[in-house]
Amino acid sequence: MSTVLDRTLIVMPAFNEQESVRDVVVEVLSELPGVACLVVDDGSTDSTAQQARAGGAMVARLPFNLGVGGAMRVGFRYAVDHGFDNVVQIDSDGQHDPANVRALLERLQSADLVLGARFAGSGNYVVRGPRRWAMVVLSIFLSRAARTRLTDTTSGFRASGPRAVRLFADHYPAEYLGDTIESLVIAARAKCIIAQVPVSMRPRAGGKPSHNPFKAAAYLGRAIMALLFALIRPPLPLHSKEGVS
Amino acid sequence: MTLTAYIFGVAAALGTLAVVVEMLRRNRLRERHAVWWLIAGTMALIVGLFPGVLAWAANLIGIEVPTNLVFFVSVAVLFLVCIQHSAELTALESKTRILAEQAALTRLRIEELERELRKSSD
Repeated sequence: MSTVLDRTLIVMPAFNEQESVRDVVVEVLSELPGVACLVVDDGSTDSTAQQARAGGAMVARLPFNLGVGGAMRVGFRYAVDHGFDNVVQIDSDGQHDPANVRALLERLQSADLVLGARFAGSGNYVVRGPRRWAMVVLSIFLSRAARTRLTDTTSGFRASGPRAVRLFADHYPAEYLGDTIESLVIAARAKCIIAQVPVSMRPRAGGKPSHNPFKAAAYLGRAIMALLFALIRPPLPLHSKEGVS
Repeated sequence: MTLTAYIFGVAAALGTLAVVVEMLRRNRLRERHAVWWLIAGTMALIVGLFPGVLAWAANLIGIEVPTNLVFFVSVAVLFLVCIQHSAELTALESKTRILAEQAALTRLRIEELERELRKSSD
């Protein structure tokens, strides 16, 4: 009998993550036996692809950097082409704990899209200033669109069920911030059931999060723009035929 | 208007049209992109040849200084062409993106097939 893990594809967008990607892949594969792991090398200039392969992952290499949205599109397309039911997105910098994937998949049985939320009680993840305001504004609007309470809408730790995978394979947004904000709006508009599960965050294995207030303010502006445009775009049907998007 | 100004206006319009037509002829410009330039060049030629048309049109809309109509139409045409270019750029970017995604998937498929081949030949 095939377990839920056999039908699940872990997709890890990776851009110049040679320090961490191998460990993350190894941890994912040992924590979740039977799961398939696809690293999408988003135009890295370092040895990300080799490291990921050495860890035991399949690697799809994009010829140039497309951003997380573009990398995830490759993942969803691959999942549809190879008959995977579920797609779980995990960051390749080691922020997300693969142990939480089971909880996400569990929740996926009664939902189409499950977010791993960083503020919902588990762990101690703190954000301040404009970045915090952006998250509050987004969570208010997106909670309303999704008809459920979402506290961490920009989480890159999420699981998509069969309906959402099919929708996203054709329509996953490639714009900056589209992968988090607009994808939620698309899913909500297509009548997907959205849920969240508390997850704990770990400090990144490589690299430092930015605390530049100007960058944070620009982020707030872009996030609100992305949200507004996502909300005024025409909704997409769940079962669209193979159209060129 | 002096004769030299008249000749200058007509020559400029003819020159613009000649450049556009020549680029079209050499396939350096596609028709869909050239349409606006052809329209603009033709309008410039008409106004250059018959300045009365400009005065009549300005009077019709209620613009007191006819040259302002020229400026307005020029800016409007440039504006529309710019927007068209932005839209084309967006379309091109999304096509490039789709190609990149498919190239990545094709490459992965080839690597998988190579591995299977190697396995079966061992």
